[in-house]
Amino acid sequence: MAPLLKLEGLTVSYGQRLALQDITLQLPLGKVMALIGPNGAGKSTLIRAASGILPGYAGKIHINGDEISDLTTMQRARSIAVVPQAVSLPPAFTAWETVMMGRTPYLNFLGQTSASDETIVRAALARVDALDFSDRRVGELSGGEQQRILLARALAQSTPILLLDEPTAHLDMQYQVALMRTISRLAHEDNLAVMIALHDLNLASRYADLVALLIHGRLDAVGDPGDVLTVERISNAYNLPVEVIRHPFHQVPLILPSDRDDYP
Amino acid sequence: MKNRLFPYLTTLGILLLAVILSLAIGSVFIAPADLWTLLRSWLQGLPIPGGLKTFAFIITEIRLPRTVLVLLTGAALGGSGTAYQGLFRNPLADPYLIGVASGGGLGAVLAMSINWPYSFWGLMAVPLSAFVFAMLTVFLVYTLARVGRTVPTTNLILAGVAFSAFATAVTSFLIISSEGEVRRALSWLMGGSSQNSWQTVLAVLPYLIIGLGYLLFNGHALNLLQFGDDQAQQLGLPVTRTKTLVLIAASLATAAAVSFSGIIGFIGLIVPHVLRLWWGADYRRLLPLSLLAGGAFLIIADILARVIIRPQELPVGIVTALAGAPFFLWVLRRSKNQGYW
Repeated sequence: MAPLLKLEGLTVSYGQRLALQDITLQLPLGKVMALIGPNGAGKSTLIRAASGILPGYAGKIHINGDEISDLTTMQRARSIAVVPQAVSLPPAFTAWETVMMGRTPYLNFLGQTSASDETIVRAALARVDALDFSDRRVGELSGGEQQRILLARALAQSTPILLLDEPTAHLDMQYQVALMRTISRLAHEDNLAVMIALHDLNLASRYADLVALLIHGRLDAVGDPGDVLTVERISNAYNLPVEVIRHPFHQVPLILPSDRDDYP
Repeated sequence: MKNRLFPYLTTLGILLLAVILSLAIGSVFIAPADLWTLLRSWLQGLPIPGGLKTFAFIITEIRLPRTVLVLLTGAALGGSGTAYQGLFRNPLADPYLIGVASGGGLGAVLAMSINWPYSFWGLMAVPLSAFVFAMLTVFLVYTLARVGRTVPTTNLILAGVAFSAFATAVTSFLIISSEGEVRRALSWLMGGSSQNSWQTVLAVLPYLIIGLGYLLFNGHALNLLQFGDDQAQQLGLPVTRTKTLVLIAASLATAAAVSFSGIIGFIGLIVPHVLRLWWGADYRRLLPLSLLAGGAFLIIADILARVIIRPQELPVGIVTALAGAPFFLWVLRRSKNQGYW
């Protein structure tokens, strides 16, 4: 399967500071790629750049073979959907209205929606189990519900590529697992290409097919979770001693942060 | 469907009532029955009954053009206020707060002081000059407020208020140093529509049609902008182009409104708020409603301005602030619904 999203030598700088340096990465269809790395490593910048909203970058960002800066905003939004963190959403729109915004790249200049748009929005809401509260205002929803609405909005965009920026950050364990299961099904059953920035290494290990480790804006490693999530790499990346053990049921690594005091 | 139409029917009903009252009330009262007779004979092309000839003249040459001008002005201020609030994602953004109205006013007074008394083309130049100055103001305020690539709202409003004060001072200076006409110009400054003729209506109409017409097509875009520039772009909106065009359109409407009706505060602030509070935040609905409601609100204020110290007239800007501010505070206080914005 040809890679859908392909980064080659991607370099992004904010003023003097290099936020991303020479990133080369391929995101294939049907896979979940977890983007991990310490704070400030460039995970969010990578998501933003890959979604095509950073005006100045060096290197290549290819979507299906097209350079992203050659596409119109509409065309990009038909190929890539982004799930941002659910912080400060406009509170007054209903969940339904918010998800309907995902249909923007298919609407005419008046923003009129059709019956097929409604069918798609209903399916997206059903997918994240949010039909029950679709009439409620977003401001009245819990953090977990808001995050599901944002995922539904991205699904309503009907794109082959899905990028998520730390969607589990404000969720409790139950919703973290539920969200990751949904995302994993989207990749494996619906054949989407998914890239998800994650802080929780164990969620990455458990649900991602590929893990990409960013340190200081550079791609340190990319590959199977078992190959990337090693004691050496992780303790070096986070500047913290860690232990890696096997998951009792699944053949994936589990990372336990340690403390220097643990080693007399 | 019933539910969807209700807001439109309500505002339209209020607007219609306001128009009828505005035609009936003035230094001479024209009874609704006479209004009805006149309307019927116009519509059927019949000769006007002899006893109503004076009334007919008063309506067609004085009250109707004034009512239409006031309606257009209110619609422009309500519509551009809604657009500014959506554009800057700030409940305080209105044509006055960001300086556009005062800048436009300065342009209008400059044009008037050069071309005094009026010719028709001189009349057309007033809104044009107001528009040029309004755009210069937007550009200046935007540039002053910008930090790197972002424009923090606080900066925008501070720059707007400061520039607004400056422009108002220059305007006052121009008015006071121009000879004669001071009283009239002063009343303009406080929002007294001193020119009420069909010519004035014609002079502002093209600017309003373009400005407000464009805004009406951008309800969905303004909805998207509420999620912030990044998300709006990721959802498929060309953000920079959209924001620039909406800003120009709103400033065009504001400029046209202030050029003859002067400084009328509060409409651009109140109208979108009240509508949002009652009928939700969807800009596709908010924009057309704010035109209707803005027009109705200003017509009612204008009627009060004519009545309160009869036979003299108050500048309507005084009425909008006197009536608008307490009404707004009452609505705000009464609403238990905090999340409407």
